[in-house]
Amino acid sequence: MFILAEMKNVTRIPPELFNQKLNDAIAGELNKKLANKVVLNVGLCIALFDILSLQESFIFPGDGASHTRALHRRDIDWQNKELQRGRGVHVTLGFFDDILIPPSALQHPSKFNETEQVWVWEYNSDDGKVDLFMDAGESIRFRVTAEMFNETCPTGPATIQESQENPENKVPYSLTGSINEPGLGLLSWWDNQ
Amino acid sequence: MEIVNANCATLSNYEVLKHLQKIKDSKKKHKGQLATITYETIRYLENTACSEQTPENIKECLNALAPFNLNKTEKLMIINSPPTTALDIQLMIEESEERLSEQQAEQILEIITRYFPHVMKEKVEQEEEATE
Repeated sequence: MFILAEMKNVTRIPPELFNQKLNDAIAGELNKKLANKVVLNVGLCIALFDILSLQESFIFPGDGASHTRALHRRDIDWQNKELQRGRGVHVTLGFFDDILIPPSALQHPSKFNETEQVWVWEYNSDDGKVDLFMDAGESIRFRVTAEMFNETCPTGPATIQESQENPENKVPYSLTGSINEPGLGLLSWWDNQ
Repeated sequence: MEIVNANCATLSNYEVLKHLQKIKDSKKKHKGQLATITYETIRYLENTACSEQTPENIKECLNALAPFNLNKTEKLMIINSPPTTALDIQLMIEESEERLSEQQAEQILEIITRYFPHVMKEKVEQEEEATE
């Protein structure tokens, strides 16, 4: 789901952009600053929607100041492609891919097939057990159950030892999904009913 | 930077797609992150139902859905990913079994087929492919 968020920002327009219209220059700078970035507790920004108002520009040594509104989209969407690893199912939307469906939220009962490296839903139908494989790359429908923001600002110089202990990158914004309800999961599971 | 209102409106996928296409088609060259995110988002949205929606049929569909007492997000969800089966409706609408009778669910599906016929068509095509 995409939303609009209203923001206020003082934008610095460098002198080399003075030949452009102020609005265009500001839109360009805001897009440069925010497009494809995660804003804490708001979401992943896609693009500027419109500028609501501008106040007078100040000139400090070469600075233009303005108040603007940026379009932000937070994404909560279903129907996606899917990648896999043993810790759960990873989903990507094409433009956002920090989405994880933990093993506990898969269709019950599911198990991880080590040889094929895929998750399998052991569906109990009337004529016995059917194994439904979740192959990588299939489209999937899921429900978003939680979103999590992580502060990734630099937090002061880390000691060498610390940085060695924490080699993995922190993910600024991640979603947790679930597919343990009827109708959720691979699209092909529910098509033929 | 100050966030005045983190959620001042919701947009439908259709509006987002149109807006991004406008950005992409504007004469200015876009570089870096903006180009990446518009490209990836458009590619994602083109594969969803919104690629063949128009402002008129969305509006008419919303008018037709008015008598069912759905809330705003539910209607948005129906527009963004039009349900094709009763099961889909159940997923989108909370406590749908109490709030909607079976006939009403069927009426919603009929409305969807009337205003967004391409959704059903795609589904039929997919099924045909599967049976081949």
